[in-house]
Amino acid sequence: MSLAELICPAGTPAALRTAVDAGADAVYCGFQDATNARNFPGLNFTPDELAEAVTYAHARGTKVLLALNTYPPAGKVDLWRHAADTGARLGVDAFIVADMGVADYIARTYPGIRLHLSVQAAASSPEAIRYYCENFGVKRVVLPRILTIPEIRQLRREIPCEIETFIFGNHGLMVEGRCSLTNYLTGQSTNMDGVCSPASDVEYVRDADGSMSSQLAGFTIDRFGVDEKAGYPTICKGRYAAPHRPEGYYAFEEPISLNLSRLLPELIEAGVHAFKIEGRQRSKSYVRGVVRAFRAAVDDIKAGREANIADLIALTEGQKQTQGAFETKKWR
Amino acid sequence: MIPTSEPTARLRPGEGAIARLACLVLQPVLTRVVRRVATRHPSLFARLGPHQATDFLIDPVELPFALHLRPDPQALVFRAVPRDTAPQVGATIRGRFLLLLELIDAEQDGDAAFFSRDLEISGDTEAVVRLRNALDDMDGSLAEEASAMFGTPGRAVLARLRRAYPDATKPREYA
Repeated sequence: MSLAELICPAGTPAALRTAVDAGADAVYCGFQDATNARNFPGLNFTPDELAEAVTYAHARGTKVLLALNTYPPAGKVDLWRHAADTGARLGVDAFIVADMGVADYIARTYPGIRLHLSVQAAASSPEAIRYYCENFGVKRVVLPRILTIPEIRQLRREIPCEIETFIFGNHGLMVEGRCSLTNYLTGQSTNMDGVCSPASDVEYVRDADGSMSSQLAGFTIDRFGVDEKAGYPTICKGRYAAPHRPEGYYAFEEPISLNLSRLLPELIEAGVHAFKIEGRQRSKSYVRGVVRAFRAAVDDIKAGREANIADLIALTEGQKQTQGAFETKKWR
Repeated sequence: MIPTSEPTARLRPGEGAIARLACLVLQPVLTRVVRRVATRHPSLFARLGPHQATDFLIDPVELPFALHLRPDPQALVFRAVPRDTAPQVGATIRGRFLLLLELIDAEQDGDAAFFSRDLEISGDTEAVVRLRNALDDMDGSLAEEASAMFGTPGRAVLARLRRAYPDATKPREYA
């Protein structure tokens, strides 16, 4: 059986302590800059806060993984190198990276610190994953949410590193690390600035009939009826009218969350080493509820009991959940 | 879906007077609470960044008044205002009173409340996100802290408030 580590999100120091106290095996977090893919206003850690967080987590046996999972624009790698230097000095247990240049710098400068390959690298084939393992010593790959469990089982046999899969939260199916939708409308890059649908460009407008429009950079990307559940204001989850679908439809993805609570035993059996909970942008309340629920479920499974997972539907996007491609590629 | 409430909602006869009276009575309490929070949680302001100077309207839809907040550490403003005289603000956050209180105390998740349409925001979204993240990084319960300032009567009022609201807006795993 794999170790089934629980990897939990921490957007703030208080959320990190909450995740640790709720039973996280590891927490992942980032600095307050473009070096990570949740570069949101008011979120993330200063170096001093990270130092305290590492001390807090390590004192309780929890690892700290530092996300440096964006791509430096050409000639601007110093911010990423400096972040890696700071993380190493503060004693983080691993770096989560996507860019080969960042991976190479850390592999050469801090060979004793683990490298995890971010989902932002979009590595899903044995050949791609082996390349990162052989050239940068990557110890773990965070898989994109596009593979079935049989595919993960087969992949595990063909790669020399651990596998981490998302089990709850955002159900992003775009080719992560390659999505330029936000950039197209706002000029800011998800991949290089770490901002998907920057809040400064988002506006919610209440219409006279009580419905709500969500807008990004002045473009309406969805309109929710009075009793309709809402989703994030991301272009990939917008609803658009087109000549062939004048009533409007989800052209890319839907506002829905991944929830693999019922598939945990199969994922463990398939050789998944670590389970990732998405949501650094979410509150302590979310972190506490989701981490506790999955901690109990994983412990039950390890003890040979049937997992009795709490109902987390209230915390899902659009109050809808799916097992996505993990169950079947015909899920849509 | 939260009940309809516009900042300048039409008032029934007498409501305007009640709102003004309530604001007058509440103001000394609000002033004490906000000063206390600012003193005990100074790190809150760093996460607000440039939005320390933003005016927020926090609108508990079932109460006869709204709350005007400007989280500027040099000139804090936190006051109850009748809706018909509410100032122009940068951002508005609207929902049932206990939901707003529980969001501040991290007993509820703001995104979940937004998805369910129990929470409505308008205006400067970045300002709201910064305020949310700043409040979420505070340890402890602001509601407990504020009620404790007024001793046994304060705690009794908070307990009564919580009893008055069913947990219908809470995720089921917390119920």
